[in-house]
Amino acid sequence: MKELKEHTGFHHALKVVDELCMGCTHCMTVCPTQAIRVRNGKAIIIEERCVDCGNCCKACPVSAILIEQDDFEEIFKFPVRIALLPSVLIGQFPSRIQTEEVYRGLKSLGFTHIFEIDSVVDLVQQGYDAFIQNTLEAKPAISTFCPAIVRLIQVRFPSLVDHLVRVKPPSDMAAIYYRHKMEAAGMDPESIGIFYVTPCAAKIASIKSPIGELSSAVDGVINMEYLYNRLWHLIATNEMDTDGQVQTQHITPKGILWSLTGGESKHQQGRCLAVDGMANVTEFLDRLEEAEESNIDFLELRACDEGCAGGVLISGNRFLTVERLNRKAANQQGEGCAMRLDAAFNEELYGLDKIQARSMLALDPDRKMAIEKMNRVEELLKVLPGIDCAACGSPTCRALAEDMVQQRAELTWCVFLQELYIRDKRLSLEEADEINGQIWGKDRKYRSQSK
Amino acid sequence: MKLHYHIDGGDFVNAGKASSAVKGVLKQLNVPSRRIKRVVIALYETEVNVVAHATQGEIEVAIDSDQISILVSDSGPGIADVEKAMQEGFTTASKEVREMGFGAGMGQPNMKRNSDRMDIQSVPGQGTTVRIVNELKD
Repeated sequence: MKELKEHTGFHHALKVVDELCMGCTHCMTVCPTQAIRVRNGKAIIIEERCVDCGNCCKACPVSAILIEQDDFEEIFKFPVRIALLPSVLIGQFPSRIQTEEVYRGLKSLGFTHIFEIDSVVDLVQQGYDAFIQNTLEAKPAISTFCPAIVRLIQVRFPSLVDHLVRVKPPSDMAAIYYRHKMEAAGMDPESIGIFYVTPCAAKIASIKSPIGELSSAVDGVINMEYLYNRLWHLIATNEMDTDGQVQTQHITPKGILWSLTGGESKHQQGRCLAVDGMANVTEFLDRLEEAEESNIDFLELRACDEGCAGGVLISGNRFLTVERLNRKAANQQGEGCAMRLDAAFNEELYGLDKIQARSMLALDPDRKMAIEKMNRVEELLKVLPGIDCAACGSPTCRALAEDMVQQRAELTWCVFLQELYIRDKRLSLEEADEINGQIWGKDRKYRSQSK
Repeated sequence: MKLHYHIDGGDFVNAGKASSAVKGVLKQLNVPSRRIKRVVIALYETEVNVVAHATQGEIEVAIDSDQISILVSDSGPGIADVEKAMQEGFTTASKEVREMGFGAGMGQPNMKRNSDRMDIQSVPGQGTTVRIVNELKD
């Protein structure tokens, strides 16, 4: 039997904590790339398939899927400690918590400077305009804002990689922009540490193993859930460092709403669409690949429902977060008060390299072998029950059949066929127990009796 | 490997199901995406033609390691002048069909453009048979 976990060099932010994983099927069945299997009673993530969307994390009933993050104390390695904030961090607090309080809280926690990522969206926009005008070969342009979507396209929709707009997302752009600004002001480059406060797992993965760029401009990632807790604690106990005035950064309404669904698409030229949620995006990309919709100019795709407000690390309710940010944007006194960027889009600094497809769909690199395997999958599907119960440890009957032709599973793992085999005396009860143990862990079957 | 699909005339809801399924198969067979796209467009246009004009049709797909061969045969009005039907903009689609966004007279030209070899045989009053052969290797 082949190993499921091969080391591929892809960095993933999602990790299964074996001690917590109870071996159910929730994560496996919601994964949009069928990257999860259950073996020995634990979920296993197949690295080359995972796009870090976080669906598994949201579905896990026992919080066994951990989102890796850098140790917060890392920030103190740098004399200049910059927090890069997305608008949704502030948006998730109830409206009685002022933006100033959040800033003050971050300063109390040890950050020396606070910059809002969404302050650079005009620079992103310049990049979009330039790319669409000069480089894009075929419509529609697809936004690279959401890293889970970029990965989804790489692994599942390889024919669409050339539609991706090769412009860095606001988080990376803000990191580069502010680093340059600080250095230009005479700060020692070594002393500056830039920390990105992330609403999702995909961002962590994209910073640790960047796509279309050699290295990330960010020095570390802070999990937003962690920060939310620390900030609430400070606010609740009033232990805030209140010395000195806190100057909040003014962001344009466009910037405030950029990370939410529709935030980008409403500012692009022509026929623009915004789609959110992995299942919706997958459905739409499938359609797009079949060339039924060739007249769309711009596609904004987001892995999470409501865009970043629905990020897996956002603690506040996503609809309330959207509502607060909409109100904030409406109250903003025009665009004039927003900080002006003293830079123009520069491809070398802010562009991305060509994004490579890496399809994980092929059954075999050799066409002849692939056809043979495909035929065997079809034969197996005639035998399998077709109810996708996932009790074999694979997400669907088809996935089990595919795992079988890749020698990663066996037909006897199907609980329905097991019964037939036992009845026909081709399998003993003990053997069946042994098999089920390999999938669900030894004695899992008898768990209810031991309670 | 062989695949088979049935098309019902007038069933616009399901037009595109076969091309979508074939796309899925070709992806798993490690066919370059540019090649897949051509097959999908050619087949999709054929499917729409059967749905729009015929009473019913059958799609037979044969795939080997070098090429895909698609045979679509329908029972329907047939095409009186195949050559004319191949011209861009030529359409006999009803107003109803055109209002649904089909029948702009680009179907056949699109089929031809996206196939390596294409052949149309038609008997007016009986039906049409379209054969499309595409190479799968780059």
